[in-house]
Amino acid sequence: MAIKEIEQDLLRPPQPPGPMRWIRENLFSGFINSILTVLLFPAIIYLLYQISKWVLFGANWQAVSQFPMLFAVGQYPRDQIWRVGFIFSGLMFMLGISWGRWGGLLKSIALAAGSFLLLIAVLPVQHPQLDMTMRIYLGSTILLILVGYLIGNNTRLKNAIIIAGWFVIPIIGIVLLAGFEASERIPPVQTTLWGGLLVTFLLAAGGIILSFPLGVALAFGRRSDLPVVSGFSTVFIEVIRGVPLVTILFMFSIILALFLPVESRIDRLVRALMAVTVFSAAYSAENVRGGLQSVPLGQIEAAKALGMGKLHTTVFIVLPQALRAVLPAIVGQFISLFKDTTLVVIIGINDFLGIGRSIINSDPEFVQMRTEVYIFMAVVYWIFSYLMSLASRRIESAMGIESNL
Amino acid sequence: MYKRLFPVLAILIALALVLSACGGTTTGEVKTVVETVIVEVEVPVEVEVEAAPAPAVEGILTRVLERGYVVCGGRTDLAGFGMLDADGHNLGFDIDFCRAVAAAVFGDPEAVEVVPLTAADRGPALQTAEVDILSRNVTWTASRDAQWGNFTNVMFYDGQGFMIRKDSGITSTDEFDGATVCVTSGTTTEQNLSDFFRQNGMEYEAVIFEETPAVYSAYEDGRCDITTSDKSQLASVRSGFADPEAHIILDITISKEPLTPAVPHGDDAWFDIVKLVSFALINAEELGVTQANVEDMKSSENINVLRLLGVEGDWGYTDLGLTPDALANAIAAVGNYGEIYDRYMGPQGISFTLPRGPNNLWNEGGLIYAPPVK
Repeated sequence: MAIKEIEQDLLRPPQPPGPMRWIRENLFSGFINSILTVLLFPAIIYLLYQISKWVLFGANWQAVSQFPMLFAVGQYPRDQIWRVGFIFSGLMFMLGISWGRWGGLLKSIALAAGSFLLLIAVLPVQHPQLDMTMRIYLGSTILLILVGYLIGNNTRLKNAIIIAGWFVIPIIGIVLLAGFEASERIPPVQTTLWGGLLVTFLLAAGGIILSFPLGVALAFGRRSDLPVVSGFSTVFIEVIRGVPLVTILFMFSIILALFLPVESRIDRLVRALMAVTVFSAAYSAENVRGGLQSVPLGQIEAAKALGMGKLHTTVFIVLPQALRAVLPAIVGQFISLFKDTTLVVIIGINDFLGIGRSIINSDPEFVQMRTEVYIFMAVVYWIFSYLMSLASRRIESAMGIESNL
Repeated sequence: MYKRLFPVLAILIALALVLSACGGTTTGEVKTVVETVIVEVEVPVEVEVEAAPAPAVEGILTRVLERGYVVCGGRTDLAGFGMLDADGHNLGFDIDFCRAVAAAVFGDPEAVEVVPLTAADRGPALQTAEVDILSRNVTWTASRDAQWGNFTNVMFYDGQGFMIRKDSGITSTDEFDGATVCVTSGTTTEQNLSDFFRQNGMEYEAVIFEETPAVYSAYEDGRCDITTSDKSQLASVRSGFADPEAHIILDITISKEPLTPAVPHGDDAWFDIVKLVSFALINAEELGVTQANVEDMKSSENINVLRLLGVEGDWGYTDLGLTPDALANAIAAVGNYGEIYDRYMGPQGISFTLPRGPNNLWNEGGLIYAPPVK
């Protein structure tokens, strides 16, 4: 009888502890811990009180609240702003579809994005840049997310199509943003006018998407038996890794311009993207190479024994295992790339940080509000960096990589 | 062994190629070429690259006309000179000059693309003719004129000055001995400051900051008696203080900073056009032609006004391939020199108020002077 009871107790799934028990176990588990709790608790409350008091009453958020569009898209002409809106809606639609299909983290992101948009759409303030059109646009974007969710949840859309959508929409987007030479309706918009978060995302996403394949290629190149290929890859990787990103940005922005004739000048934004890509590729290459080395030789031999060719072995046996092993490192690399894009300020590109600096310096009164502007920007960067790291954790657990986070 | 040496060899060959390209002369022997990189530290850092001679730039005017707009090297982060409004438009004293040039060439002040440049890449951008005009509060110096491009006509006379608290009791620089001075690190400002004190045999204690805003908040918080920078910047900063009236900017100027728009080397016609536009803006103020009355003035009695507006005579437009009313268009687009100044730095200026001082017309006690347009 007694034995049976114990067994039942063991079989029962662990219950979440009640609040009192949680407090006792985590805050008052011993004498020293109890003292620490008693001492730190008021200190933390006081700190939070002071911070929220400053945020709500002490700080002057005018320099932030007055320029939402500038922070979002920089100088992009306001009469052409629908193009940015179009892309944003497109991406939100894709987010909705992906939420419907996969749920999980995508659900949280979609819900967070949706509620954020809703919050702005119904914000009870008078703002010249938050007129009725803008509110209606935001509302319809929320609807698009929901429509996307229904489509993703209820139709038999192939996963590959959804993934392709994520790539196709940004490409259409960039073409649309740049405009067409001969078009009256969609005139070209010079990239010097692009700015704000738009450029930050463009540089980060462009850098990540372009640098990854380049990095994989360099990693294989460095392990190649052909001396020219491995020599080139090694030199490329070591030279780029041996130089700070600032120097590479200067190289592409200034030195490249000195050697190219005026007619064949590459666009400034593209030059910055090239610099970011090359820099990131060199680091990805070393990460991937680490992964390649971690694949046991037996795997390759087994693949050979099964009669697989070199290409098949690489693509289906080596690469999946290698990438799985180094996924956390690569995501870390991408997060740092996202933050490194702020360095383009020094070559005169007004990314998110550049716009913030411009605003601070554009009016003597805003100089006094620089703390608020910098805090706002830090929070925005943190949100996106944290999202990336959350996403990487989900991917890791989906791929079955052990994680104790 | 050979395999190991390969990367090293490859690097050496690459370096040799780059260096020989920089040196210009290629000889058969291996020779060491020292690449000179002059690092002049300004805000934040300025690198002057003395690399291969800039590609020959000819026909900038042709290129501008083909393109249909003027590429103007400017900035977006300096109150009064180059900044952004909430809708992302470029504004400022320097930007208006580019708009005037565009109005003269195309009759449309909006035919301008403003490329934001930093202190570091403004020189190379001009050298390589990436921009048609550099109008980014650049100080005209002999070396920049030789290296970067052609400097047109001084549009703004700036100079380093001092700001002090009114209640400090200091009235002149003679009483500066032993003062603490807030200043940005590693700039020419810091150097001018130490030169000034040394020449006058006085001691001072520098409180140095990396970031410009930090300098002024330290000064405002009373951590130093004096702060120093270019006078336009001091005026700008003072207007942002909680109590601007409590601070005074002394009259003394310890350095010469003639802020001048520049054009790339190699196209005299373009150089002339840009210069002429600046002459026209200054002459317009002298002759009382304003943005508002420019059309009426076309029937003025004053022969000089008629010449400026292209009604009588030829101020050179046939030779430069412009329309007779090109300069009139420039004035109609942005106003005369005084109007541009007042728009940003006048008593009701958008950015701050700075008495014109040396930037008054020559006949009103200032230094602003332009050859006649006729």
